[in-house]
Amino acid sequence: MRGLQQTWGATGERWLWLGYGLVLLLAPGVFRSGLGLSILSQIGVAIIACLSYNLLLGQGGMLSFGHAVYTGAGAFGAMHLLRLIEGGLAWPVVLVPLAGGLLAGLLALPLGWISTRRSGVAFAMITLALGELVWASAQMLPSVFGGEGGLTGNRGAGPAVFGIGFGSPMALYYLIAAHVLVCTALMAALRRTPLGCMLVAVRDNPQRVAFLGYDPNQLRFLAFVLAAFFAGVAGGLAALVFEIATSEVFSASRSGAYLLFTYLGGTPFFGGPIIGAVLMVLTLVWLSGWTRAWLLYLGVLFVAMVLLAPGGVASVLAHWVDLARRGLLRRLWVSYLAMALTALLAFVGLAAMVEMLYRLQLRDALGSQLLFLGASIDALDVNSWVGAGLTLLTGLGLFGVCRHQLQRDQQAVDAAPCALEVR
Amino acid sequence: MNPVLPALELKGLSKCHGATEVLRGLSLLVRPGERIGIIGPNGAGKSTLFDLISGAQAPSAGQILLGGQRIDGLSPFRISRLGLGRSFQVSQVFPSLSVADNLRCGVLWRLGYRYRFWARLRAGSDVDAEVDALLARVRLQGRRDTPARQLSYAEQRALELGITLAGDPQLMLLDEPTAGMNQSESRHVVALIREVTQGKTLLMVEHDMAVVFGLAERIAVLVQGTLLAFDTPQAIRANRQVQQAYLGTLPGL
Repeated sequence: MRGLQQTWGATGERWLWLGYGLVLLLAPGVFRSGLGLSILSQIGVAIIACLSYNLLLGQGGMLSFGHAVYTGAGAFGAMHLLRLIEGGLAWPVVLVPLAGGLLAGLLALPLGWISTRRSGVAFAMITLALGELVWASAQMLPSVFGGEGGLTGNRGAGPAVFGIGFGSPMALYYLIAAHVLVCTALMAALRRTPLGCMLVAVRDNPQRVAFLGYDPNQLRFLAFVLAAFFAGVAGGLAALVFEIATSEVFSASRSGAYLLFTYLGGTPFFGGPIIGAVLMVLTLVWLSGWTRAWLLYLGVLFVAMVLLAPGGVASVLAHWVDLARRGLLRRLWVSYLAMALTALLAFVGLAAMVEMLYRLQLRDALGSQLLFLGASIDALDVNSWVGAGLTLLTGLGLFGVCRHQLQRDQQAVDAAPCALEVR
Repeated sequence: MNPVLPALELKGLSKCHGATEVLRGLSLLVRPGERIGIIGPNGAGKSTLFDLISGAQAPSAGQILLGGQRIDGLSPFRISRLGLGRSFQVSQVFPSLSVADNLRCGVLWRLGYRYRFWARLRAGSDVDAEVDALLARVRLQGRRDTPARQLSYAEQRALELGITLAGDPQLMLLDEPTAGMNQSESRHVVALIREVTQGKTLLMVEHDMAVVFGLAERIAVLVQGTLLAFDTPQAIRANRQVQQAYLGTLPGL
């Protein structure tokens, strides 16, 4: 796990934290609309969830397919508590997410114990099975989970603390932002604790860890419970944002989204999941509103990332920072830009074909004409398909050429580091 | 460890892999503070013996006593907590961790940090002092922040030994500590082993006979899973059976 410090240095790390805090503080000033605030709040929730997921995947080397069990447990725990508060329980709403976290951590004591007896594929399969089990149970127990309609609550319930109630979206956003800052700091600090050090060691070489006095399963178990706690906090915050929790919060697709976007953001980096969380919300809220084929585009992006940059977006950024520090970005940025543009070209071609395919299925209702990037194209016209296909192939071909060129440039640059450092 | 008791006692130790008997009824008594060399041809069961003592494998039959306490069948981390450390023939380092972090992992349990997750390791703590001392001992000061995967082969061997030393074990099992090292590196490691095993007990598997005969106070010769001889280096040199087993390849015969 590369930390902030290796990439940025100790002073740079302080600036990064300051910037992080400022962005959290000032973001609502930029995105004032109701939708903007809602998206920001959801991003905050996703940041905590993805960071907690990376505690398992990036630091502990544990590929979980059931992280939604714990975000979901936090959400339902928070929702039940919220309803009790509405009924007169004297528990401040500020502490509802914490309660969600505690409940999820409690649930992880038995479930995490079962999961972490094994590592690798067996661990992944157990989390998958437990995820399905909990999801199915939630659908079968309407008295606890509210059945089809789910459970609803009112976050404005209970007495206001210092005159602040959380009915207003702005107050809610700052409650979330505060949780994001504290949870991020706690998870970052965890890496420098004895448990955090040994957790990374377990990922690298569990056999050796066992000969150093540590029980690898115990290390994995504790990390699992801590990850579940933070996931539960995220779930509790989500319950406050949506004021509803349905059995969907436990769904396999939810667990899959944590895996996918944490990976896209970059598992080898502490900050990677933060990037992933932003992508997650933008994809789920925006992209899914734009096009019906959004899952397909997401799949293409994921495959491309796994093949081209297995360290995620964060690894690409870190590489650029490294190049810039060595004064090499000046020589390489044109190649990177060319790669990005050709990739975009290929993607436009692909997207045109995908959109036409989707339109053909709905031809009876909507006709075969569609508007794509401002251009009106006909899904039944051969020319549209030829044009889109050529765009895709041209983009792919040029991308290959640019990538080859970049690799050559990079080799040339790496081969002569001394000559460059002198300049 | 109670000095009156043997540091390590093996009683009728056997290990079968299916129908193959890797070790057959091995018995051995090691006194506290002894340096024992274990030699034998390939496939004699030397590494399996280390696996049994350190808990990586459970014996098929027999007992292992560490300072008078039964440890056969215990998991590696429990045995490790009783003061036993081992190194590996093929380096088992933590490739993505820095050299200093590798050593830190070896130090933490001994200093009582256990599974602590509520307090950070501060700069300048006892852990850092130990790590610095270890870095100097295995001559890796210049590689402090280098990820272990970037180390050369010999440096990884040095780190491997360093991780084992980090636990400051009373009984140390070293599996070919000088394998793949050049003369000067090997000399340094031998001197280091001599230094760190003062007052400790050492069991060492080694193919370099000069190293074994120079370092060990007694030598156990393992052939096909049985103990052929267990005696002082002089006696081993003079032993006809050993000479036959090794076809006269022992130095100075």
